[in-house]
Amino acid sequence: MSGYLAVIVVVLIFVVIFQIAKASEYVSILKGEKKAREQSNRINGFLMIVFLVLGLIGVWWCHDLLEGRMLAEPASDHGVGVDSLIKVTFIITMIVFVLTQIALFVFAWKYQEKDGRKALFFPHNNKLEVIWTVIPAIVLTVLVAFGIRHWLKMTSDAPKGSMVVEVTGKQFNWIIRYPGKDGQLGRRNFKLTNESNNPVGQDWADKLNTDDIIAPELHVVVGKPVKLIIGSRDVVHDVGLPHFRLKMDAVPGIPTTLWFTPTITTAEYRKRTGNPDFVYELACDQMCGSGHYSMKANIVVETQEEYDAWLAKQVTQYSVAHPAPETPAGPAAPADSTKAVAALGK
Amino acid sequence: MSNEATLHSQDLHHHGHAADHGHGNGHDGHDHHHEETFISKYVFSMDHKMIAKQFLITGIIWAIIGAFFSVLFRLQLGYPDSTFPWLESILGHWAEGGRITAEAYYALVTMHGTILVFFVLTAGLSGTFSNLLIPLQVGARDMASPFMNMLSYWFFFLASVIMMSSLFVQTGPASGGWTSYPPLSALGDASIGSKIGMDLWLVSMAIFVVSSLLGSLNYISTILNMRTKGMSMTKMPLTIWGFFFTAILGVLSFPVLLSGFVLLLFDRHGGTSFYLSELFVAGKVLPNEGGSAILYQHLFWFLGHPEVYIIILPAMGMVSEILAVNSRKPIFGYLAMVGSMFAITILAFLVWAHHMFVTGLNPFLGAFFVLLTLLIAVPSAIKVFNWITTIWRGNIRFTPASLFSIGFVSTFISGGLTGIWLGNSAIDIHLHDTYFVIAHFHIVMGVSAFFGMFAGIYHWFPKMYGRYMNQTLGFIHFWITLVGAYLIFWPMHYEGMAGMPRRYFDYSNWASFNSFNGLNMFISFVVIIVFATQLLFVFNFFYSIFKGRKLTTPNPWNATTLEWTTPINPGHGNWPGEIPEVHRWAYDYSKDGKDFIPQTVPVSPDESGH
Repeated sequence: MSGYLAVIVVVLIFVVIFQIAKASEYVSILKGEKKAREQSNRINGFLMIVFLVLGLIGVWWCHDLLEGRMLAEPASDHGVGVDSLIKVTFIITMIVFVLTQIALFVFAWKYQEKDGRKALFFPHNNKLEVIWTVIPAIVLTVLVAFGIRHWLKMTSDAPKGSMVVEVTGKQFNWIIRYPGKDGQLGRRNFKLTNESNNPVGQDWADKLNTDDIIAPELHVVVGKPVKLIIGSRDVVHDVGLPHFRLKMDAVPGIPTTLWFTPTITTAEYRKRTGNPDFVYELACDQMCGSGHYSMKANIVVETQEEYDAWLAKQVTQYSVAHPAPETPAGPAAPADSTKAVAALGK
Repeated sequence: MSNEATLHSQDLHHHGHAADHGHGNGHDGHDHHHEETFISKYVFSMDHKMIAKQFLITGIIWAIIGAFFSVLFRLQLGYPDSTFPWLESILGHWAEGGRITAEAYYALVTMHGTILVFFVLTAGLSGTFSNLLIPLQVGARDMASPFMNMLSYWFFFLASVIMMSSLFVQTGPASGGWTSYPPLSALGDASIGSKIGMDLWLVSMAIFVVSSLLGSLNYISTILNMRTKGMSMTKMPLTIWGFFFTAILGVLSFPVLLSGFVLLLFDRHGGTSFYLSELFVAGKVLPNEGGSAILYQHLFWFLGHPEVYIIILPAMGMVSEILAVNSRKPIFGYLAMVGSMFAITILAFLVWAHHMFVTGLNPFLGAFFVLLTLLIAVPSAIKVFNWITTIWRGNIRFTPASLFSIGFVSTFISGGLTGIWLGNSAIDIHLHDTYFVIAHFHIVMGVSAFFGMFAGIYHWFPKMYGRYMNQTLGFIHFWITLVGAYLIFWPMHYEGMAGMPRRYFDYSNWASFNSFNGLNMFISFVVIIVFATQLLFVFNFFYSIFKGRKLTTPNPWNATTLEWTTPINPGHGNWPGEIPEVHRWAYDYSKDGKDFIPQTVPVSPDESGH
C-alpha cells in the first residue's frame, strides 16, 4: 500500500515540475526570448557561485567527517611509503582541484551574458599554452619519480632470510601453507589436489612436504620480512592487505610473490586504536564468484616467541593425509586434524 | 535550373541507389520525392540523421535499464538489512524474500557495467553524434557508405537483442564483472553466470564489435574523403576531430578485444587452454595446462583502456564546440586542442597495463606504464586549461547544453586528478579494486561522458527534430544531476582509501570496512533521486519530439558550423541546393565586432587574422 502511495507521490511531483517547466516556457514566449534568457542567465549564474562555495565547503566537511574512518596507520614499512606518496599526491591534486574549479565556476558566473558585454576574440596565446604544458609536465615528472622509487622498492626481491608463506585462493577462502621446521615448502602438483586431505596438491614424494603446515589464518612475525607466494586453485583472486597497503593477484598456474615487513603486532594495534577486537584482515580484491564478498582470512602479527608457540601446536598436512593406524595417536591429533580439514572445507 | 531541379539531379548523381531512400517529405516545398514507406524511412533507413536517432533512442532505453540496475544493487549496499517485497515480484527467485541474492547482485553489477560502457556510452554516444554531425559538419550529403552505416545500427540492434535475452535465461546473465576475467568466465562450474548467460554475453559483444567497426570505418572515410570544398582538416570543428580520433581508436583496438573473446569461447567450448591452467574446480581436477589467465587481461585492456577514450573523446569534442558557441568566443588554442586529442589517442594504446599493476606484472614494465600513464595527464591538463580560457571573458549564455558542458569540465577535472593517484603504481597497489577506483572512473568517464552526451542532446536536439527541448526541465535536470553526482561519488574516495573492496555484496562481516553503513545508505538514497531526475530528462526528450516548441530559425544558437545552414527539417541529402563552400574555421565568434561569422562566409580582405 505504502508502495503505491510512494509511486503516486513521485508521479505527482513529476507532474508539478513538468507544469512549472511548461508554464515557464509560455511565460518566456510572452515576455520575449531576450527577457527570459536574461532571467535564466541570472539564476544559473548565481547557482554557479552557490555551487562552488557550497561544494568547496562540502569537500572540506566530507574530509573532516570521513578522515577518521579511514584505516589507521599503516602496519608495514611499505605501507608507510605508500601513505607518504598518497599525502604528496593528495596535496598537489587538491591544490589543482581547488584552483581550477574556482576558475571554472567564477568565470562562468562573472562572464555570464550581459547587455553591452563584448566577448574577447582570443583564439590562442602560445606563451600561455607553453606554460600550462610545461608546469604539469614538471609536476608529473616529480610524482612519477617518487612513485617509481617506491614501486621498485616494494617489488624488489625479498631480503635474504625472509619468512616464506604460501597463500592459495579458492572459492571462497584462503589456504595458507607454512614451510614447517625446514623452512622450505614442498613441491606441488595440481593433479594431486583433493578436497578431503590435500587441498593444495602437495606431492608427498617430496620429503620437504612432510613438515608443511596448513592453516586458515596468516601468522607473521613482527619486524621480520615475510614473502608470500601467492597462487590460486580455481579462478583469479587477489590477496588484499589493506592495513599493510598491499595487494597482489592470485592467478591459477602462475605464482606471484609479495613481500613486506609487518611493523605493528595485533596486540599493539589494538592498544593504539583502542579497539580490543581489532583484527588484521586479508580480503579478496578480485571478483571471483558469488562468494567473493565473504572471502576473508584473519592475519595475526605476533612476536617470534608467540609465532613459534603457535606453529608448534599445528599439525602437519602430511599427518592429516596419512593417518597412521599402527602408532596410537595422541588424543589431540585426530581432533586437531578434523578441525584443520573442517576449517578448510567451509 | 531551379533549385528543386538542382536538388533532384544532384541527389541522383550523388547517391546512386541511395537516392531511393529516406528523403524527408513535404518540407521546404519540395514534394516531388519518391514515395517512401514507413520501413524505408524509420526502420531500414540509410539517412545518417535517422540512424543517429535510432542509436540515440536505443541508447536511452539501455541507459534506463542500466541505471535501474544500479538502483537495485545500491538498495542492497545501502539497506543490507531491509527487504523490499516488490523486488521479489520483478526478480522472482533472484530476490527471494525481497532481498537480492549474491548471484543476482553480481549479475546486476556486471550488466550495469556492460550496458553503460558499451551500449550507452559507446554506441549511444559516439554512434549518435558521429552519425548526426559528421556529414552535417563536414558538408557531405551522407556517410561514405550509407548502407554500411545502416548495417552498423542493425548489428548493434542484434547485439542488443542478444544481450537483452541473456537477462531472461534460467541461469541468469553473465555475472563475472564487465571485464569477464577467465577462468571465472570460462568455467560454468565456477559461477552460475558463466553458463549460458556468458555465451550470450560473448556473442552479443562480438556482434557489437562488428557494429562498432562498420561505424568507425565509415566515420573515418567520410571525414577523410567527403569534406566539402574549402573544408581543410584544420577548418573542421573540434567535434569532428573528436569523432575522428574516436573512430581510429575503435578500429585499432576493438579487433583485439574480439580476438580475446573468440579465444574465450574456444576455451569454453572447444577444449582449448588459452587462459586455463592447473585448475581444480567443483571437486574435480581439470585437464587444462599451460594457458595464461593474464593473457586475457592484456587482450581485454588493450581495448579496455582505449575504450575510455572512445567514450570521452566525442564528449570532449562536443563540449569544445558548445562552450565556444555559448561563450560567443573562439575555442582557445584550436591547434593545441587537436594536438592534445592526437596525443591522447596515441598514448591511449600505451597505458593499458596500468589496469594490471597487481597481476604480478614485471615491475620494470610497470614503471614504464606509470610514466606513460601520467604522461597522458599533460594533454588532458592542456584541454582543461583551454576550456577554462575559452569561457574567460566570454559572454556566456546558460543553456542546458552549456551548463552540462561546464559540468563536464568540472567532473573531468575531479575524476582526472584521481587518475594521477591510480596511475602511480605504488598508490594503485593500495587502491586497486577499491571504491576509490569506482569513484575515479565514474566521475571521469561515467558522469563526464554523460554530461557530454546530455550537452550534445540539448544542443543538437533542434537539428534532430526541429523543436527545442524544454529549458526549465533542462536546468532542473542539470543542477540535480551535478550535485547528485558529486554527492554519490565524492565520498566513495574515502571508502576506497579505507581499502573497501569493490564488488562486495555485503560488508557486515568485515571489521575493516563496516564503518561506512550510514554513508552507503546516504549514497543509495541520492542514487534514487538522481535516477528519478534522469526520468525527467527522458520524459522531456520524448515529449519534446512531439510537443516541443518549434524552431523558427534554422540557426537557433547563432553558430558558425555547417549543420545550421541546412533547413530546419533537412531531408536526406541535407542541403536542398548545392553543398555550401567553406571559407574559414568554425570559431569566428566576436571577431571584428561581429557576433559570429558562419564558415560559409568568404574572408573579406580587410578582416583581421588570428
